[in-house]
Amino acid sequence: MSMSEGAARFERQYAEYRRGKTLWTAVFWAGFVVCFVVSMIVARFDVVALAAGLPRTTEFLVKLIPPIGWSTFAHDMGEWYWGLGKWLTSLLNTLLMAYLATVLGTIIGGALSFFAARNLVKHYAVYWVTRRVLEIARTVPDIVWALLFVLAFGIGPLAGVLAITIHTLGAQGKLFAEVNENVSRLPIEGIRASGGNWLHEMRYGVLPQALPNYMSYTFWRIELNVRSATIVGFVGAGGIGHDLFTSIQLLYFADAGAILLIVVGTIMLIDILSERYRHLLIGKEQLSQ
Amino acid sequence: MSLTASEIETARARLPRAFAADPAEQWKRRLVWGAATALTIYCLYRFGFFTWIFADGVLKFGSVVVAQLFPPTGFDQLPMFLRVMGETLAMAFLGTVLGAVVAFPLAFLASKNMMPFRPLQFGTRRFADLLRAFDYLIWALIFVRAIGLGPMAGIMAIAIVEVGTFIKLYSEAIENLDRKQMDGIRAAGGGRLHVIRYGVLPQVMPMMISNTLYMFEHNARSASILGIVGAGGIGFLLSDRLRAYELQEACLIILIVILTVYAIDFLSKKLREKIIGDDRHAPVADDVPQFTEPKAK
Repeated sequence: MSMSEGAARFERQYAEYRRGKTLWTAVFWAGFVVCFVVSMIVARFDVVALAAGLPRTTEFLVKLIPPIGWSTFAHDMGEWYWGLGKWLTSLLNTLLMAYLATVLGTIIGGALSFFAARNLVKHYAVYWVTRRVLEIARTVPDIVWALLFVLAFGIGPLAGVLAITIHTLGAQGKLFAEVNENVSRLPIEGIRASGGNWLHEMRYGVLPQALPNYMSYTFWRIELNVRSATIVGFVGAGGIGHDLFTSIQLLYFADAGAILLIVVGTIMLIDILSERYRHLLIGKEQLSQ
Repeated sequence: MSLTASEIETARARLPRAFAADPAEQWKRRLVWGAATALTIYCLYRFGFFTWIFADGVLKFGSVVVAQLFPPTGFDQLPMFLRVMGETLAMAFLGTVLGAVVAFPLAFLASKNMMPFRPLQFGTRRFADLLRAFDYLIWALIFVRAIGLGPMAGIMAIAIVEVGTFIKLYSEAIENLDRKQMDGIRAAGGGRLHVIRYGVLPQVMPMMISNTLYMFEHNARSASILGIVGAGGIGFLLSDRLRAYELQEACLIILIVILTVYAIDFLSKKLREKIIGDDRHAPVADDVPQFTEPKAK
């Protein structure tokens, strides 16, 4: 094969490759544009309304903060945060709701995760049913669970705790089950060989391998649940979301601003703490391997 | 051969740490677990798990709520439900696209290897954190007040949160770039734009598209609840039916949402595999004997 023949072949193949690639890109963009236009029509996307709305959004955001003067700073801040005690109680409720829901959801979801791991259960039916239960628990958003629980348990944090618990157990069950499916079989077989029953296998064979991952997921879940706990109040399920919702409905914008500031501060603080702790855990885990 | 009790005793005396942790460590653990348990019990008490309200609620939930959910009814309204579900997906799509378009240039400002001016880079990151710190529903509440009821408020709420998320995700992808390709373009005489077009984009594009699709999946879920505060989408119908105790119709709406979410998850997963290249998902050939090394643990 001569040099030019090889070059010509390369050119031909390269052109073919480029054509295929261009075709795919064209298909992708065409699909994208179609989706975009259809979405614009279906969602009644209105550029005029948006252009008119954006200045109003800024106006609204400005209204969230009352005038604060330098000379009267302390007084103005006191005025702004007139309900600090009430809001801090709500915040404490929110955090405790998130904590309790994480604990309950993790315990129940963790227990179910052993039945949702293909390598740990003998009967396929058990595995299948558990998986479906977990799926339903986490696919229905926690605020929808909250709406349902408010019907039965009335307005208050109890409904919120239960709603977040259900969502948490679904999510934790699935994540933990995936961890369980990745454990080494050797310790389990060792325990079976020395006469341990199923419970022993899980406790001494699986749990020690899976625990660091469980912990890491649980800290992440606390982060997410604090967020959830701040919004379930919108439908009457307790926490600081309730104060936020009522203050915006009643047009007390300065109050809403004050609460939003508390919420954002708390969430950022928890994110930072949890991330640091998770890194610590993951670091330890990698060292031990 | 088996160990006698006295042999185990000798071993325990010789190597106490092999049988139990350091006593100080043990006490620390007991303290942490004790405190966590006490806090849990206090929370159970605080939120009324030990009262009749809870017991009544459980019974009521079983007899009234769950029993009335099934079977789903309201099939005559199905076309309307499906249209509103379509609106929900459109909100998720537009919000995601809008967020991605705004976040794309900002992500370059937020990545350390592209933005030498550190305060701006750090500031952009913190700005992104701030946008993400509020939940979709909080933004939706704000936008409903500012631009009025309807899907526009929902689109804006999703877009704002996504700007924050995408700045974070994209800038992480940009920071993980391989310098060699960029150096290659520069060595061949390419300008700054050439470096970005041929050195940066081909590397980050698959990650970005995959992340964007993933967030679209996520937003399809979020968009279905934004209607609870009046920001458009199927959430409005759902909360309306639930509050009016039309539980069977609510059940149908929940089923529609769940099935749509599954369908979107499935399609998006397939598309993502296609874009990222399915090498890593390729099943291992059956005839290759596999030896998995036991983990040193």
